[in-house]
Amino acid sequence: MFKILEKKMLNPTICKMVVEAPRIARAALPGQFLIVRADEPGERIPLTISDFDREAGTVTIVIQPIGASTRSMVNDFSEGDSFADVAGPLGNPSEFVKMSPEELAAQRVVFIAGGLGTAPVYPQAKWLHEHGVPVDVIIGARTRDLLIYEEEFRSVTDNLYMCTDDGSYGFKGVGTARLEALVAEGKKYTQAVAIGPMIMMKFSALTCKKLGIPIWVSMNTLMVDGTGMCGACRLSVGGVTKFACVDGPEFDGYLVDFDEAMRRAAQYKAEEGLSNGK
Amino acid sequence: MANRIPRVPAREQDPKVRAHNFDEVCYGYNLEEAQLEASRCLHCKNPRCVAACPVAVKIPDFIERIVAGDIAGAAAKIAEDSSLPAVCGRVCPQESQCEGSCVLGVKFEPVSIGKLERFVADWTFANAGDGLIKVPRDSGRADNGHRKVAVIGSGPAGLACATDLAKAGYDVTIFEALHKPGGVLEYGIPEFRLPKEKVLKHELDEVRALGVKIETDVIIGRTVTIDSLMDKEGFEAVFVGTGAGLPKFMGIPGENLNGVFSANEFLTRNNLMKAFRDDYRTPIHAGERVCVVGGGNVAMDAARTALRLGAETTIVYRRTEVELPARKEEVHHAKEEGIDFKMLTNPVEILGDERGWVRALRCVRMELGEPDESGRRRPVEVAGSEFEIPTDTVIMALGTSPNPLIARTTPGLETTRRGGLVADEAGATTRPGVFAGGDAVTGAATVILAMGAGRKAAAAIDEYLKSK
Ligand SMILES: Cc1cc2nc3c(=O)[nH]c(=O)nc-3n(C[C@H](O)[C@H](O)[C@H](O)COP(=O)(O)OP(=O)(O)OC[C@H]3O[C@@H](n4cnc5c(N)ncnc54)[C@H](O)[C@@H]3O)c2cc1C
Ligand SMILES: Cc1cc2nc3c(=O)[nH]c(=O)nc-3n(C[C@H](O)[C@H](O)[C@H](O)COP(=O)(O)OP(=O)(O)OC[C@H]3O[C@@H](n4cnc5c(N)ncnc54)[C@H](O)[C@@H]3O)c2cc1C
Ligand code: SF4
Ligand code: SF4
Ligand code: FES
Repeated sequence: MFKILEKKMLNPTICKMVVEAPRIARAALPGQFLIVRADEPGERIPLTISDFDREAGTVTIVIQPIGASTRSMVNDFSEGDSFADVAGPLGNPSEFVKMSPEELAAQRVVFIAGGLGTAPVYPQAKWLHEHGVPVDVIIGARTRDLLIYEEEFRSVTDNLYMCTDDGSYGFKGVGTARLEALVAEGKKYTQAVAIGPMIMMKFSALTCKKLGIPIWVSMNTLMVDGTGMCGACRLSVGGVTKFACVDGPEFDGYLVDFDEAMRRAAQYKAEEGLSNGK
Repeated sequence: MANRIPRVPAREQDPKVRAHNFDEVCYGYNLEEAQLEASRCLHCKNPRCVAACPVAVKIPDFIERIVAGDIAGAAAKIAEDSSLPAVCGRVCPQESQCEGSCVLGVKFEPVSIGKLERFVADWTFANAGDGLIKVPRDSGRADNGHRKVAVIGSGPAGLACATDLAKAGYDVTIFEALHKPGGVLEYGIPEFRLPKEKVLKHELDEVRALGVKIETDVIIGRTVTIDSLMDKEGFEAVFVGTGAGLPKFMGIPGENLNGVFSANEFLTRNNLMKAFRDDYRTPIHAGERVCVVGGGNVAMDAARTALRLGAETTIVYRRTEVELPARKEEVHHAKEEGIDFKMLTNPVEILGDERGWVRALRCVRMELGEPDESGRRRPVEVAGSEFEIPTDTVIMALGTSPNPLIARTTPGLETTRRGGLVADEAGATTRPGVFAGGDAVTGAATVILAMGAGRKAAAAIDEYLKSK
């Protein structure tokens, strides 16, 4: 059993939890994810490791309720309760982690975070910051109330750019527009990373291609086991089939077939409708 | 005249009824039926059945005890060679192993060895006190109690290895990646062939009763590495029984359409995640028509699961019925249940509708040509024979291969070209102290072979630790 040590609502819907998982905390690296099964009748839900503390033996997850299982995690579980299963860390760590100090020193990185994607960006930005790499982060949300993690990011970024679709806070417009403006002002980036809804990652990839900045995107496909056993997470990257859980979750944004990925993510919509009513 | 008695049929659920439920198909024998069937055995001096069983269960000896009414004695006899009789009695391909070599089969029908073995195991569950066959720890080996051995994977190979090591007194921990132990027995083979509560749970309880610890949700190679288990956590030896779980796809156009699944995904959702039960949240998609591609046990299980979820189901296989690698009994059961078999048929493309969902499977007809390396006649395409099978769902059951995760994260562990771990007869790998067996070494095979490999490795680990 994996005990929930801390639970906090970051905005009206998004919830942060710190969970006891010593083995995972010891092994976790930025970019990796967990599979959480809240209770016996629950599904196996992939969630990014938003932070980890090796000494305390804890991992932090940030959950946006969208269906029956994520809703139940947020509504039915409180501090002191336990999740039945937490497995991980899964997937490959972010590419930065594998770079040599020389390669790292040459990096000028910009993150584009959309909505919930803000949370998974945090451990990567933090890691780069700790390794002396300049980091800019663009965070986008529909409106001011939905922005999360602003405080946390202030201490690990060189420049933090907040954007809202309705202009209620920061730049009015989407993250990609902010990036274009920054580049027009003369900012130079060697690498972009976009994490958020697939549609937002698709447009981030298109924008970066136009600007000539290489980009990685983190693919949140459907998953079952997370270990390469089922193929539910498959997607096309440069015309080749990949499994997001073992080959990813990060891929070259220029090469991902986003339209196929978005179609596949809706694969169980009809059945989920049923299970939500169950 | 023993051989004049016809083989005693095992009672089964009516095909029309069982096509709509997930309860076990076969009810097995009662004592009377088992004794009648047991009386058919000729107790051969050189029993060919034993030679054909991969673990050499002492078949005439246990059968003799059934005749005498000593079922506990029969169970003890079987336990000398097999640690999973309730499973093997149900899922071994008996027609090509023990029963396939029974002398009675030459003129009559072979003794129903599998059903008898299953009867003994089920009887033991029901009658041996708390249901567990108590196996005392080897008292002379109490000094092993502080020596830790790690078993990776809780399929038949891992369970058998852990059982024998625990009996020899070692402190054994099984690490399992999924949230429930059992390997394919839990996530692959469906309830209607291998009931989880009635059979698998008992086997697992028995392993735990021996003092074996089972840690689920630990993915070796990710959560912790073999190096760290040995260097930091004090495990003196490791057994790798991680199976062959990676699904294969055909590489034909349309495989990423919505409605195309690997058999592993389909079966895992249904078995491990219990999608067939209303009280679980797991979604599963079958639709009205399902095509399953392949001809092995996995294909039969996927097809019969789809049928039970309410779909009209077709099996598409490129050779003929004679070459179907599935157990005979499963093919027979699948037909009785109304599954359509399209033999000598090979998919070449999956066609989608405007929304990106499967609409049809485009196939070509095949005919059998010259024999290939395996001795089976090679299927060749009939020119101009393309046709479409309308369908909502395509399930690929083309076989599986070993997961590379452990080999990649363990220095010194070599693999073969096909991805299996390199191991000798006894299970020793290229890395001292690390042993392996089952599908992780051989590629997808059978429960009994995996179990046998686990037991051999347990003996080798015992030897290794004694000399260490
Ligand atoms: C590597 C990875 C990391 C992730 N990290 C996080 C995280 O840190 N926090 C978080 O809240 N979520 C994260 N997700 C997404 C999360 O796993 C899904 O939201 C969750 O599985 C939905 O489960 P559910 O049963 O609540 O909803 P469901 O009932 O399964 O789904 C509700 C609706 O959303 C659609 N849907 C389901 N999953 C996805 C998806 N992945 N992408 C797009 N649409 C989907 C369904 O088709 C359905 O229409 C991540 C996913 C992956 C693969
Ligand atoms: C659907 C289906 C039907 C079958 N039907 C039959 C049948 O009727 N008769 C028959 O004899 N055989 C049958 N087989 C084959 C048989 O089940 C396998 O040969 C057998 O289970 C292999 O046993 P194993 O212990 O080697 O591996 P598995 O049973 O595959 O178990 C391996 C276990 O290791 C775990 N694991 C993998 N990697 C890691 C890791 N890195 N860390 C921790 N744990 C890990 C897996 O999650 C799994 O639980 C069938 C197989 C399938 C898929
Ligand atoms: S273990 Fe399998 S092959 Fe051996 S006797 Fe039993 S059923 Fe037959
Ligand atoms: S070969 Fe057949 S008849 Fe002979 S001992 Fe074996 S089961 Fe009995
Ligand atoms: S989630 Fe099953 S293979 Fe990736």
